[in-house]
Amino acid sequence: MKTNWRERLYISAQLFWMFVRIGPSTFGGGYAMMPVIEREVVKKRKWIGEKDLADVVSLAGSAPGGVGVNAAAFIGYRKAGIPGAAMAVIGVTLPTFIIVIVLSLFYLKFQDNPKLQAALKGVHGAVVALIVMAAYRMAKAAIFDKATAALSILALLSLLVLPVTPLIVVAAGIVIGIFLIRAKARAGKKADTEKPSSSHPGQELMYPEYYI
Amino acid sequence: MIWDLFLTFFKIGFISFGGGYTVIPMIQNKVVLHDWMTIAGFQKAVSLAGMAPGPIATNAVTLIGYDTAGILGAVAACAGIVLPSLIVVIVLSAFFFPLQHNKTIKSVFYGLRPVITGLIAYAAIHFGGFDKPGHYNTMTLFTLLICAGCLWLLVKYKWHPLTVIAAAGVAGIVFL
Repeated sequence: MKTNWRERLYISAQLFWMFVRIGPSTFGGGYAMMPVIEREVVKKRKWIGEKDLADVVSLAGSAPGGVGVNAAAFIGYRKAGIPGAAMAVIGVTLPTFIIVIVLSLFYLKFQDNPKLQAALKGVHGAVVALIVMAAYRMAKAAIFDKATAALSILALLSLLVLPVTPLIVVAAGIVIGIFLIRAKARAGKKADTEKPSSSHPGQELMYPEYYI
Repeated sequence: MIWDLFLTFFKIGFISFGGGYTVIPMIQNKVVLHDWMTIAGFQKAVSLAGMAPGPIATNAVTLIGYDTAGILGAVAACAGIVLPSLIVVIVLSAFFFPLQHNKTIKSVFYGLRPVITGLIAYAAIHFGGFDKPGHYNTMTLFTLLICAGCLWLLVKYKWHPLTVIAAAGVAGIVFL
């Protein structure tokens, strides 16, 4: 980053405004932002290369938190360092934040209305369905051999039955993953760490992944 | 209180792998523990958050913050859960990202991905209230039916999630 601070400030402001405008496109889920990011950041402004976009998607998907927020942080950091990352994240979060506050005000005003309560109970079921879809899509990428299938079932069962926290389950998964790959390598077996990709990633990134 | 909101969700933010679904049970746990909301209130907050675009966990804690301590609470809660993403992404892109093809990193994700799958499945079961057989009632059945109907619309007819959410809301008004 050879740019001076004034230029950085200017770019940070640009980043903020761009992500304010991109933010509401998460109405189709975080991954729905990717085509918009491609158009705005890669094609129009040429801030990152076509090839880097794949990095954005993979990093945004593996860091904790929402994919859209992570993508904004990554692009912001690339372009203008930590201030750029911060401004991009504030930009992408702001529209949703305002929508949530407005929803909340609306709810507080009409919360005694039995129709609204009934509608919310229906929406509760829809939210469960969308989380199930997310689990299914995650499973498609994560489960491709016996060990990964066993790991996911074990994780689910231990959460349901044992008094463990998600943190412990995550830590155990990481340790077991490293151990399994080492053991396989030592036994001289071929150790795939990822599902062999054959499908079209572009199509894979369409909605059901709604709430991220 | 504001500081409590920030710190609680800041800690949770670091393990919200898989887009934040995974931490919904944890958020419920903390919110009830701190006496910020009841379980029923929490479920309403998440359903309401589900109507807004963007990450459901972020939206839910924003609502919780707003409900608990007004606009400042909302800002603190939202900043708390988003900040870890920012920190992790910066650290990853500064030091770690060149290592993405490193074998150990790959084996970390080999174990992490299936575990996250389990965590998301658990979040669905937990949020639906299907993990407490002693507390099944007509609402559990209603949630199950709506959920099944929504899945059918999403998979078979490829409805947009937003349309499915609206349809589920209408179903609630009609049947309850």
